[in-house]
Amino acid sequence: MAQPAPLLDGSLFIAFFTAVTITGVLFGRYMAHVFSGDYSRGIPGALEARLFRFIGTSAGEEDDWKGYAREMLIFNGIGFIALLALLLLQGYLPLNPEGCGAFDPGTAVHTAASFVTNTNYQIYAGEVSASYLTQMAGFTVQNFLSAATGICIAVAVMRGVTRRSTDRIGNFRVDVTRCVLYILLPVAFAAALLLVSQGVIQNVDPYVHAAGYGPAGPQTIAMGPVASQEAVKEFGTNGGGFFNANSAHPYENPTPFANLVEIFLILLIPVSLPFAFGRMAGSMRQGWAIYIVMLAIYLPALGTLYVAELGGNPLMEQFDVTGVSMEGKEARFGLGGTALFAASTTATPCGAVNAMFDSFMPIAGMVPMLLILLGEVVFGGVGSGFYTFIGFIVLAVFIAGLMIGRSPEYLGKKIEVREMRMAVLTVLVPGVLVLILTGIALLLPGTAEAMHNPGPHGLSELVYTFASMSNNNGSAFAGFDASGIFYALTGAAAMAIGRFVPAVAMLALAGSIAQKKTVPPGPGTLATASATFTVWTILVILIVGALTFFPLFAMGPIADHLLLFGGG
Amino acid sequence: MTAIRQAVTSGLLLFLVLFAITGFAYPLAVTLIAGAAFPYQAHGSLVVDGQGRVIGSDLIGQNFSAPFYFQGRPSETPITAYNASASGGSNLAPGNPLLLEHIADRVRALRNAGVQGPIPSDLVMASGSGLDPAISLDAALVQVPAVAEARGLPENEVHALVLAWAESLPAPFVEPCINVLSLNRELDRLDGRD
Repeated sequence: MAQPAPLLDGSLFIAFFTAVTITGVLFGRYMAHVFSGDYSRGIPGALEARLFRFIGTSAGEEDDWKGYAREMLIFNGIGFIALLALLLLQGYLPLNPEGCGAFDPGTAVHTAASFVTNTNYQIYAGEVSASYLTQMAGFTVQNFLSAATGICIAVAVMRGVTRRSTDRIGNFRVDVTRCVLYILLPVAFAAALLLVSQGVIQNVDPYVHAAGYGPAGPQTIAMGPVASQEAVKEFGTNGGGFFNANSAHPYENPTPFANLVEIFLILLIPVSLPFAFGRMAGSMRQGWAIYIVMLAIYLPALGTLYVAELGGNPLMEQFDVTGVSMEGKEARFGLGGTALFAASTTATPCGAVNAMFDSFMPIAGMVPMLLILLGEVVFGGVGSGFYTFIGFIVLAVFIAGLMIGRSPEYLGKKIEVREMRMAVLTVLVPGVLVLILTGIALLLPGTAEAMHNPGPHGLSELVYTFASMSNNNGSAFAGFDASGIFYALTGAAAMAIGRFVPAVAMLALAGSIAQKKTVPPGPGTLATASATFTVWTILVILIVGALTFFPLFAMGPIADHLLLFGGG
Repeated sequence: MTAIRQAVTSGLLLFLVLFAITGFAYPLAVTLIAGAAFPYQAHGSLVVDGQGRVIGSDLIGQNFSAPFYFQGRPSETPITAYNASASGGSNLAPGNPLLLEHIADRVRALRNAGVQGPIPSDLVMASGSGLDPAISLDAALVQVPAVAEARGLPENEVHALVLAWAESLPAPFVEPCINVLSLNRELDRLDGRD
C-alpha cells in the first residue's frame, strides 16, 4: 500500500458504512428490546430472576437517579479495587508463564482507573508487564463491565428523557446484567472465534522460542489469550491492546478482513444507540436526526484524515522515496483501512489503534485529536458518547430557544435551569480538565523530556495525552512518555473525573427531566428532528469544540503542518 | 448505613458473578473452542521446517537483510529489530530530523545492495507493530533485480515468483501485500537451497 488507491478506498468506505448503518438499525431495535425487559416471562426471564434474587434485587425494582448513580459508583468502585489488587498481586498468582511481577503502585493505580473508566490508556506494554490472568480476569472483565456501565447510563438517560411524571429511571444492577449477558457476551464470543479464524491467537502457551529462518536470528514470540480480549476490546470500545502495538500487532489484527471486523465491532453499539433511543422515544426520526449529525461530522473528519495522508511526506522527495508516509503503519491494511480505523477509534471512545498516530501527518494526527476533544459525541462510544450527545442537544435546544424566543423543549419536556447546569457540566468538564492539566504540565520542568518529538509536535503529544485521558479515549501519541508519576496520578484523576462527573450529571439531568409532564407540541415548539435543528446541533458541537481548543490546535498540529510543508 | 451496606453486598455479589462469567468462563470457552476449531491460528500460525523446528510465525515478520533475501519493513522494536516479545513503532513525527536520518541510512543501505529507481515508502519506513510480516507488491518488485543478481538467478524467474505469490492472495478492497517469510522460502526452493 505504499501507493494509495483512493477509488478502492472510497468504495470501501461506502460499502462499509452502508453495512454498519443497516446493522445499527437492527441492533438498536434489539438493544431497546433487551432494556425494555419485555421478555421476562420466558426461560431467560426465569433464569435472570433467579440471579437477581441471589444478588438481592428484582427486575421490577427501579431506582431514582440518585439510587442509580449510587449503585453505578459502588459497582465501579468494587471493580477498581479488584483490578488494582490483581495488578499488585499478579506475581503470586497462576497463569503467568513469563513470570511478570507486580505493577509498580503508580502504574497500577493509573491502569486500574484506566480500565474501569473505559479509557484504556496504557502506560505499560501488555506483553512485557501483564500476566495472562491479569489480561483475562482483570482487563477483559473491565472491558465488559466498563462498557456495560456506559451503555446503562445512556439507557437510563434515554428513559429519563422519554418517560414522564416519574422519578424512576431503572435498576443499574439489572441493566448491567442484561447488557453483559444479552448484548456484549454473545457478540464478543462470536467475534472472538471469527478473529481466531483470521489468525488472532488464543492460548495460554508460554512464549514461543523460534529458531528464525535463514539470516533472521532467533525470535521469542509473545503468546496469550488475545482473541477473547480483542473482541470485547473493540465491541465495548475499550481499546486497551493485549500487546503494546495494539491493533497494529499481527496477532491482534492479522488480515485486512480482520481489520474491517474490528472497525465494525467498534462502531456497532455507538451506531445502534441513536436507533435504540428512537425506538424508546417512539419516534425513529429522533434517532435518525442524531445519527445524521454524527455522520455529518464523522465523514468530513475521515475524508480530511485520508486526504492529509494521501500526499505522503513532502520531505521524502530528496531520497527518491514514493508513496504515503508508512512510518507507524502496517502494509496489510492499506491507507483506507488505516484511516477508517483511526477515525472510528477516536470518534468513539475506543482508542485502539492499528497505526501510530504520533507518526501521522500533522493534519491527519489532528483529526483524531479533534474528534476526541469534541467530546467523542460522534458515534459516541458505548454510552458515554451518547449521553454527552444528549447534553449537547439540551445545549442546542436552549441556545436556539433563546435566539428565536421560544421556550426550550426537547421531546415535549421543558428545559430549565437545572437541566442546563447538568448539560453544561457534562459538556465542559472534560475540556476544562484538558486545558488545566496541559497548562500545569507545561509549567513543570520535566515535560519537555517526556515529549518524544521536537517542536510543535511535542505540544500535540501533550495535548493528546490529556485529551485522550479526560475523554476516556485511551489512544495516544504514543511517543509521549506518560509513565512518570505526575502523569500516572493526574491521569488517573483526569480519567475518573472525566468519566464519572459527566455520568452522574447526566443521570441527574435524566432524573429531573423524567419528572416533567409532556407539553403537547404547539406552534411554538422547536422541531428537534428537523433538518434545521440537525444543522444547528452540528454547529453547536463544532463551536464549543473549536472555541475551547482552537489556540491549542494552532500551536500544535497546524504549526507542525506549516513547518513541514512551508519549509520553516 | 444499612442501605449502603446492602448496596455494597449486592454490588459485590453481582461483580463476582459477572467476574466469573467474563473473566473465566468466557475466555476459557473461547480458548477451548478456538483450540479445537482453529488449532493452527489459535497457537500463533507457527511455521515448522522439515526437521520439526519452529522457525517463526506466518504472521510475525523476521529481520531479513538484502541482497540474498527480500527484506521486509524496517522495525523499531526495543532492544532488537523484530522483537516479537516487545512490539511497537518509532513514534517519530514526519518532520523529526531523527526520522529523516533513519530513512537516509536505510535508503543508502538499499542502494548499496543494488536497489535502483524510486523506493516505495514501506521499504524505508518502520511499521507500527515493528513486526509487520508483509510488504507492498511494489516494494517486492523493486528488490527483484538486486536479489536475482546476488543469487545468480534469471531476473524474470524471480519476477514471476513475486507476481505469482502476489496473485494468490485474496484481498478485496485492498492492494496485494506479500508475506516476506513465505516469499523468501519460495525463493530458496526455486534456488534449490531448501
